[in-house]
Amino acid sequence: MPMQPLPMAEANALSPWQPGVFSLSIYFAAVLVLTIVLLALATWLGERRPSVEKLRAYESGIIPTGTARLRLPVPFFMVAIFFLIFDVEGAYIFSWAVACYDLGWKGWSQISFFIAVLILGLIYIWRKGGLEWGPTFKKR
Amino acid sequence: MWIFGFIALLVKIGLVLGGLLFVAAYLVWVERKLLARLQVRLGPNRAGKFGLLQPIADSIKLLTKEDIVPEAADRVLFLIAPAIVAVTALLMFAVVPFGTELLIAGQVIPLVVSDLNVGLLYVFALSSLGVYGVALGGWASNSKFALLGGIRGAAQMISYELALGLSLVPVVMLARSFSLVEIVNAQADYPFVLVQPVSFIIFFIAAMAESKRIPFDLPEAENELGAGYHMEYSGMRFGLFFLGEYVHMQILGALLAVFFLGGWRGPLLPPVVWLTIKMILAALVMVWIRGTLPRLRYDQLMVIGWKVLIPAALINIVITGAFIVY
Repeated sequence: MPMQPLPMAEANALSPWQPGVFSLSIYFAAVLVLTIVLLALATWLGERRPSVEKLRAYESGIIPTGTARLRLPVPFFMVAIFFLIFDVEGAYIFSWAVACYDLGWKGWSQISFFIAVLILGLIYIWRKGGLEWGPTFKKR
Repeated sequence: MWIFGFIALLVKIGLVLGGLLFVAAYLVWVERKLLARLQVRLGPNRAGKFGLLQPIADSIKLLTKEDIVPEAADRVLFLIAPAIVAVTALLMFAVVPFGTELLIAGQVIPLVVSDLNVGLLYVFALSSLGVYGVALGGWASNSKFALLGGIRGAAQMISYELALGLSLVPVVMLARSFSLVEIVNAQADYPFVLVQPVSFIIFFIAAMAESKRIPFDLPEAENELGAGYHMEYSGMRFGLFFLGEYVHMQILGALLAVFFLGGWRGPLLPPVVWLTIKMILAALVMVWIRGTLPRLRYDQLMVIGWKVLIPAALINIVITGAFIVY
């Protein structure tokens, strides 16, 4: 199967008629300008009457005590680590997915082995209790 | 010649952004109206006929409100966090095709802002960057509720992003391309939802979780956290979070249409109208679900993400791969 033509590589890089990187950068600039204009308008039109009560963090009417830079519960760190592992492996799966016709059974069996290992990893963290939160965690 | 092309490009981008903002504003109105009806209320009905001027009144109010920065907040992060959410949501639309091409005065104008050959990865990259807005906004506020909302939001979004990404692998396999234009072209004969119903369901659930809407709205759970990560925000900065959320809802509707429902394809009506119809329908279903379901518990949320959606998506990939190679 022939490769898909690359829309960016073939076209003149600065041509405004092509849907390439140039129009993307103009779109990016337009989005930035829009956001900055909205915020600038708000600064210009908005009132500004700060007071002690207004600048205090809102905690449902209770005066906050201490800092709010608390340490995070451990399960959140674990989720972040699991995410890293699975996301990188997702990237491998994606690179196989575009070429899966060309790779045939050989590619399929290799990626199936890879996914099987991935699922085993998931079962491992599952059994170890890495995916348990709150009430279900206490039951174990 | 270059300058005409540039003007055409600016007009196109202006129409895209204008359309996104307009639909976002009226999506808020539609949501409030529909939700009110689901709860046997009337909803906004004072500003204009049927409350149709409500979005305009809302935006004027947001613009003229005081922009409060709490005393103990990390000022720089606090100020840029809402902009991150809005900018990433708006940027995602750049790769969504809303038609084939337009012929004006002998010049071909493609109806997509940018047909990147890594379009799908670009969408994921931006949706990952959107997490920063939520996490930093929650952390920078120096409020305990906002911090909790921010952490919850980050954990939830990265968990469901895995399922979101893996559910689209079969679509890439069928279309043999990451480009959203190619994916729509590959659906000329039949929309992918017919051959990939499992992926469709996983994507839809994960997309709802990504946009932090009601069964999955733990980051901003009103009755536990006040307003969650955007608790301390007021005025237009709150408005940007809000805008980001509603633009995100549209983008997810558009992506749902592009990946599974044939994108801009449809009989009789012009392509842009079809894409808009599919987008709005997806958004209406999300509003309907919001009006019907209660909020999940945090452990239930993580169970659905990690123990149901991810294994289902992985097994679906293997089975689809076998079918395609066969």
